[in-house]
Amino acid sequence: MGRYVARRLLLTIPVLIGASFLIFAMVYALPGDPIRALGGDRPLAPAVVAQLRDDYNLDDPLLIQYAKYVGDLLQGDFGTDFRGRAVLDTITQRLPVTIRLTAVAIAFEAVIGIIAGVLAGIRRNGFLDNLVLVSSTVVVSVPILVLAFVSQFVFGLQLGLFPISGISEGWRSFLLPGLVLAAGSLAYVARLTRTSVAENMRADYVRTAKAKGLPHRTVIIRHTLRNSLIPVVTFIGADIGTLMGGAIVTESVFNLPGIGRAVFDAVRQQEGAVVVGIVTLMVFFFIFFNLVVDVLYAVLDPRIRYD
Amino acid sequence: MTDQQQADLRHDEMEAGTTTGLASPSVDVTDARQNSLWSDAWGHLRRNPLFWIGAVLGLVFLLVAVFPQVFARGADPRSCSLSNSQQAPSADHWFGFDQQGCDYLANVVYGARNSLLIGLLAVLVVLVLGVVVGAVSGFYGGLTDTVLSRLTDVFYAVPFVLGAIVVLQSGVIGRGVVAVAIALAAFGWMTAMRLVRSQVIAVKSGDYVAAARAMGASNGRILVRHILPNAVAPVLVYTTITIGVLIAAEATLTFLGVGLQRPAISWGLQIDAGQSLLRTAPHLVLFPSIVLTLTVMAFIMMGDALRDALDPRQRG
Repeated sequence: MGRYVARRLLLTIPVLIGASFLIFAMVYALPGDPIRALGGDRPLAPAVVAQLRDDYNLDDPLLIQYAKYVGDLLQGDFGTDFRGRAVLDTITQRLPVTIRLTAVAIAFEAVIGIIAGVLAGIRRNGFLDNLVLVSSTVVVSVPILVLAFVSQFVFGLQLGLFPISGISEGWRSFLLPGLVLAAGSLAYVARLTRTSVAENMRADYVRTAKAKGLPHRTVIIRHTLRNSLIPVVTFIGADIGTLMGGAIVTESVFNLPGIGRAVFDAVRQQEGAVVVGIVTLMVFFFIFFNLVVDVLYAVLDPRIRYD
Repeated sequence: MTDQQQADLRHDEMEAGTTTGLASPSVDVTDARQNSLWSDAWGHLRRNPLFWIGAVLGLVFLLVAVFPQVFARGADPRSCSLSNSQQAPSADHWFGFDQQGCDYLANVVYGARNSLLIGLLAVLVVLVLGVVVGAVSGFYGGLTDTVLSRLTDVFYAVPFVLGAIVVLQSGVIGRGVVAVAIALAAFGWMTAMRLVRSQVIAVKSGDYVAAARAMGASNGRILVRHILPNAVAPVLVYTTITIGVLIAAEATLTFLGVGLQRPAISWGLQIDAGQSLLRTAPHLVLFPSIVLTLTVMAFIMMGDALRDALDPRQRG
């Protein structure tokens, strides 16, 4: 196991470098001169411009710029944006919002998704099963954008149950965006659980458990669920990494100041350092949670051995 | 063995100038054979209501995209009168009017074309990239596979919408229909590649591949004639669903202001314009949202039905 983790960690290095370089190169290609934009209507003195361009390594070729950036990054320096603010400050200020949003979304996804999936799976082709199948198709089909506005309109404006914008009301502000963000994965978790439970219900050990007279509830909870939830748990784990990078739309519509919103604003304002820093962080989360999930898989399922 | 495979084997035999007997067995076991995967799948598909709902929705949507003037009830999306601004839906104007006083039904109807164009174009690029990279990677293996797989990991790790935003914002490829499709495809081809790669790896050790090789078929021919046709089923399912996903992604990018720009007519632009009027004129967000959702749903339903039909294990 140790060797497997070490090898996987080594394999993440080229992916991290590749992904951050990909973003770096694209940001490099963004049009306009950020230094000139800094001066506004009054052009900056040539000496100042030269100094600033030198500070931000803007006159170096792409590869040199990138090498310098990575060099700083390895020492924990995410650089500064063009207004002199440390990128790390922006990240530490914005990240908690995204983490809370992700936590709420994952909670919805796990609780509602698993319950719906189990109810559907234990009686295949029953009423609940068809209900879950149809509603998950519908939920998957609704674009997150549409879902956000519909929920804002219905729960926020018509019913007045939840705040629809900003984070001024603590956890309550995260309920609606969390549900919207979770919707697609929630439907997927329900389907995954359903298939997995239905498959396990036909397994020999479940028949044995029933045959020896265990109550229905015990058979489901102690025997079926423990095996059926393995793929579900691993999907949810990997989804943490995906959601942390995928909240751009949700954070924009619900006006939440998280890293998704920050990176979108930064792209529009050509704040290259902010974009590259946050995207690198998102990529890191994504890879990290995928690695955790792979290791978790072996821990949960003794049939899987990596060495 | 399907007729196609048999014909292929026969062709390979003739090229190689040998006879293995595989292509023309003395006892023709395939004559009385059971249905092929595809006719079997069609049989299941035909009886699936999900498929028909999706197919009818998709067809209607296609007709709307090709002949919008038929569905716009005679209204021109660009002839507007401010005196009608934000009027609610009525018997004459089913979807009401937008803020500029343009007939909203006509606008929503004319929005279909861009969505469909972008969806189809992007999926085409996704397919080409996915199939080529995946097939090469899976078929040749070794160093080629390692390099291509890591490259795929790199793209996979960058959040989809974010990658497309940066590509479009850089302005290198503009902001038109083609540009949006390319930006979406550039960060959307990885799953197709992984699907094709794993299918190719699974299929390439089959006996019929060994037979074709024994008869001297070249690598390229084996890949194109023998392996890919047998690896295509999961990709077809994925492609169908992905058209829907890409159409939703286009609306999202356009809504965020980095996709299509005015004066283009697009559901994303309509939702964006309507969002600030959610309190006073909710129909401005509602109608494009409903139509967008139905469109996405059509493709996802067809894909779901196709998956059930092509995967015998899924059938209860």
